[in-house]
Amino acid sequence: MKQVLSPKEFKTVLEKIAGDFYMENESVCRHGADRLGIVGIQTRGVHVAGRIAEILKKKHKSAASVGSLDITLYRDDVSEIGSQPLVKETDIPFPVEGKTILLVDDVLYTGRTIRAALDALLELGRPRKVLLACVVDREGRELPIRADYLGLNMKVKAGEKIQLKVKEVDGKDGIWIVQ
Amino acid sequence: MNLKRKDLLDIESLSKEEIELILETARPFKKLFTQSIKRVPTLRGKTVALLFYEPSTRTRISFEVAAKRLSADTVDLAVGNSSVQKGESLIDTGRTLEAMKVDFVVIRHPENGAAKLLSDKLKVHIVNAGDGTHEHPTQGLLDLFTLKEKRKDLKGMRVVILGDIAHSRVARSNAWGLIKMGAKVTLCGPPALMPAELGKMFGKAVHIEHDLAKAVRSADAINVLRIQKERMMDGLIPSFPVYTEQYGLTPKILKLAKKDCLVLHPGPMNRGIEIASEVADGPRSVILEQVTNGIAVRMAVLYLLAGSK
Repeated sequence: MKQVLSPKEFKTVLEKIAGDFYMENESVCRHGADRLGIVGIQTRGVHVAGRIAEILKKKHKSAASVGSLDITLYRDDVSEIGSQPLVKETDIPFPVEGKTILLVDDVLYTGRTIRAALDALLELGRPRKVLLACVVDREGRELPIRADYLGLNMKVKAGEKIQLKVKEVDGKDGIWIVQ
Repeated sequence: MNLKRKDLLDIESLSKEEIELILETARPFKKLFTQSIKRVPTLRGKTVALLFYEPSTRTRISFEVAAKRLSADTVDLAVGNSSVQKGESLIDTGRTLEAMKVDFVVIRHPENGAAKLLSDKLKVHIVNAGDGTHEHPTQGLLDLFTLKEKRKDLKGMRVVILGDIAHSRVARSNAWGLIKMGAKVTLCGPPALMPAELGKMFGKAVHIEHDLAKAVRSADAINVLRIQKERMMDGLIPSFPVYTEQYGLTPKILKLAKKDCLVLHPGPMNRGIEIASEVADGPRSVILEQVTNGIAVRMAVLYLLAGSK
């Protein structure tokens, strides 16, 4: 297991994502929770979303609504995979109708998680706009999906996995490459 | 995380961990019901056959709604208008459904072990929706879910199962589930409706009590079973008024239990016989929540079985 991003660098990357988003969506950000919702995909994406919301609040004085989305029931491989993923809760305590939604995930890989997340999200209402933020993009897309706001690109060998860790779940922040 | 089984036949053979997995999985499903779109695409393209050899409205509809909210298709084989009436055997009917490539067979049958028989002969997922006096596992699971939702921890909880214990698959499934989760179970009913074999079956894990006033003392929950008219005809109970006098759950009896004692009933209720209307509609009653929870639990079961091989 090799660490490729330290906690400090990790923080910088999240600040870059939040900053890029703010620059392009200043008016929505200024309206705060009325116009902007930040939705993280379970599990790590939820915490990344929380951090981005925090940065927007502290640095840019924009208080967005924050929610979490579980995509398990929207996967396209139920009953094809050996083990059934545990269903977690979707908790979006605000109407998505008419809002700009920043969808947040940790690692963007095949794009299938994002496809499922869009389906799940759109069942809740009709947002004005959905944008995607990811911390890492590793190649290997199987669907035409890309991130609007990206921390960094990483290339890894076949069989290697990018693992993003967050304090809330793993006790530490950073990005690792595991065999 | 997975159920390591093709079928759900009973609670007796489930481990505590499996029960917990089902209950945990049911929670987010229940949350879906608060959305305007309650359907998820999880089991799109799958078919659930509902094979009911006994009249049942709520269980059948509950499974149907559960399947549909998972985007599965349902086929309904009510015995009255299928070839079952022409004397087709259970296994032949099962094989026919399998040949039609259904993915699940939900079966309700008057004979103990009917679901097991299908399970042994067929490759499709079998869900027991009640077999004779044996078990009704999804009812047991939804009762556990309801109790757990209200009280967080089932361990140490005192639960009374009241009524026709002898003929009740609901009682058996509940007792197995509660024992596994560490609750304290009291079975209460007239001696004629409480066979000696129960003691052998559950051993010291359950307490048997014929006096209702004693049974409900310091109870955290009372699960009232439906009393059937047939029992009177069989001579097992003298008359409904006499039964109600001794074993009906009235406000007066409920006062003897804990202040926040929950009241459950699997339905359909005989109001004024096994349960007084004031109790059924009172603040302790979670009877309608059981109905809502039943759908969530059945969705969890279908979802988890779909991922097992």
